[in-house]
Amino acid sequence: MTNRSFRARVTVRLGRGVNDPQGNTVRDGLHALGHEDVREVRVGKVIDLVLDAAAADEARARVEAMCDELLANPVIETFEIELAGEP
Amino acid sequence: MRAAVVVFPGSNCDRDTHYVLSDVAGIEADLVWHTESDLAPYDVIVLPGGFSHGDYLRTGAVAAQAPVMAAVREAAARGVPVLGICNGFQVLLESGLLPGAMLRNAGLEFRCQWVHLRVESTATPFTAAAREGRILRLPIAHGEGNYHAPAEILARLEDDDRIVLRYCDAGGAATAAANPNGSLANVAGICDERRNVVGLMPHPERASEAVLGSTDGRVLWESLLAGVAA
Repeated sequence: MTNRSFRARVTVRLGRGVNDPQGNTVRDGLHALGHEDVREVRVGKVIDLVLDAAAADEARARVEAMCDELLANPVIETFEIELAGEP
Repeated sequence: MRAAVVVFPGSNCDRDTHYVLSDVAGIEADLVWHTESDLAPYDVIVLPGGFSHGDYLRTGAVAAQAPVMAAVREAAARGVPVLGICNGFQVLLESGLLPGAMLRNAGLEFRCQWVHLRVESTATPFTAAAREGRILRLPIAHGEGNYHAPAEILARLEDDDRIVLRYCDAGGAATAAANPNGSLANVAGICDERRNVVGLMPHPERASEAVLGSTDGRVLWESLLAGVAA
């Protein structure tokens, strides 16, 4: 079976209930600009990667393993994976 | 007694730590590159401060995957004393050798200042020579030292006497005002279940000679030496 390229977007967020000093600071900045209706800001990160795999489910499983091993810290973070076909 | 000071790309307290161990404390020490896979010759392992791998992704996250960390894990399992200072503490958290994680400091400031710390537990190889409740004056220098752990983990640390150091005021009270980074329960240092792996955010190696303003950091090295003599 020949490998195809997949594009994966991993979104890492701080978990519910985990204090987000950066998000709070951004919220305060928005308030200072007059956006006082903003009640909460949470800052996360996006990691885009391209990988070769035989099929989409294999690609997804591998990216999930990468999240568990390195890309996200389960003590404080959660992650979501979006997978797309050929880059 | 022979100590390994592990050097990651971006470590910057490695030489200070090596100097203090060898020239101040009189403990033979080697700098050991992070690709080393054998730490069998060492009786104590120190992961020094710095910004390993540029603090990219999360502090300590990439260093935690280094080949040397398998050897650190193996040594820790044999009961070898392991100390993580600042970034070294972050590496121990990321490697799972200690529980919890670091968040950005509350207020987002990089805090470079002297702090007071209360010795909460003397039942570790790095605090055995201190008196419980002793107040140490040590410097901190970090942007991500805001200790976080799920409530049940924090409760277990408290119950098992595994909080080793807490930020406090000069009188020893662990107040919110004395907490420089927002750490839960003013936690500045903890140990693992077996008590031989200790991580702390303050820098004892920067406070081991009077000329630097405090010698309170020496108690960690004196504890090690006393442990060997015992």
